[in-house]
Amino acid sequence: MHFRFDIIVDYLPLLLKGAALTIGISALAIVLGSILGLVVSFGKMSSRWYFSWPTSGYIHFFRGTPLYVQILIVHFGLVPAFIGHTDAIVAAITALMLNSAAYTAEIYRAGIQSVDKGQTEAAQSLGMTGTQTMRFIILPQAVKRMIPAFGNEFVVLIKDSSLVALIAAPELMYWSNVMRGQYLRVWEPYLAAAFIYLILTYSLSKLLGWMEKKGVAG
Amino acid sequence: MTAGPIIEVKEVHKSFGANTVLKDVSVQVAPGEVVVIIGPSGSGKSTLLRCLNGLEKPESGQIRIEDRSLLDAGAAITDIRSRMGMVFQQFNLFPHLSVLRNITLAPIQVRKLDSAKAEKLAMSLLGKVGLKEKAEHYPASLSGGQAQRVAIARALAMEPRIMLFDEPTSALDPEMVGEVLAVMKELAAEGMTMVIVTHEMGFAREVGHRVLFMEQGMLVEEGTPQQLFDEPQQERTRAFLSKVL
Repeated sequence: MHFRFDIIVDYLPLLLKGAALTIGISALAIVLGSILGLVVSFGKMSSRWYFSWPTSGYIHFFRGTPLYVQILIVHFGLVPAFIGHTDAIVAAITALMLNSAAYTAEIYRAGIQSVDKGQTEAAQSLGMTGTQTMRFIILPQAVKRMIPAFGNEFVVLIKDSSLVALIAAPELMYWSNVMRGQYLRVWEPYLAAAFIYLILTYSLSKLLGWMEKKGVAG
Repeated sequence: MTAGPIIEVKEVHKSFGANTVLKDVSVQVAPGEVVVIIGPSGSGKSTLLRCLNGLEKPESGQIRIEDRSLLDAGAAITDIRSRMGMVFQQFNLFPHLSVLRNITLAPIQVRKLDSAKAEKLAMSLLGKVGLKEKAEHYPASLSGGQAQRVAIARALAMEPRIMLFDEPTSALDPEMVGEVLAVMKELAAEGMTMVIVTHEMGFAREVGHRVLFMEQGMLVEEGTPQQLFDEPQQERTRAFLSKVL
């Protein structure tokens, strides 16, 4: 077999454009997903059933069904229901965000519950309210412990974002599919895509490793 | 100075599941009084202390702090707590904050002091517990005795009317017990109202105005240190003292 580097070089601008969208979609999804996830985790930890039941149902649904199915539901159902028509990029970000919120909610919960109960008691004994205790005592300690798990979640999200090629969001996987169609070749487009994903996830985990070190020391 | 008791506990009952830990306990503490609670492990003495600032909720009975009902306080419980310091066996310093920030956080957030005032107060309290040079350190770099003294300073920064101590020296290496007890002794001499759960019988005798002996969730006997240690009236008190003295 003759491996044609020249067609990869030809296609590189489009692949990189796709990779940029992959990064953009994933970054936006993890940021929005982390915010939604915080709300969901507070809901799940609540002692009131009307907060804890829906949020726990939410987590079960998004962790218990394939992301593939979720993307189709959001693309053909949810997004049109809100804006009248569908949009691949909006649908991609929404689906990945909703999915990652379910996972980050559990990361928050584990992080928050890992902080010693004595910390809450000490804060309470000083007359701090629940909100003050959460903001000044619990979350700062919990976040440090959550960084590795968040890193994993971000890496998973970058890889999972390849599934949105299915609804023609023009990210990295989409362009490698187009490339295969144009040249009728399999190895070059997919190995090039795999290699770019590898660069993304590898540099991200290096970055997170560095942040974790800084976080623990500071 | 108020004429009545500053702490009033009336017929308090508390259980964890099937396990009753407090049975009809009634106690009064006068302003400026130092009350020491002793008793075997599992006697309910720590639970009683934790009920005093609402960290545990009794099933029935009344608790009044400075003439305000603690159990019906609702959100006002933070206000009652802010006037009452608590020192824990495990120190419970905030590990992510410097010693100085450990002390200034609650005064700034709860008492709404500006940070310059709070820091001045914190430094003077650190001076009082002999740890001024540790202000910028983090709790992980402190010895147990130093950590507990910082915890005392942190509680005092709220300028409380009452200080609660839950076995403050039980987690310390023996050579560090003295430095913590010295700080507590000084506080008592200044007229602070204190309720102390401890196994330090020498300290109880020397500093306590009144000693309570608890066993199996009940207040068995109380009296001055002389009465309780030298002439215990109850057989159970005598049995306990013969084991620990």
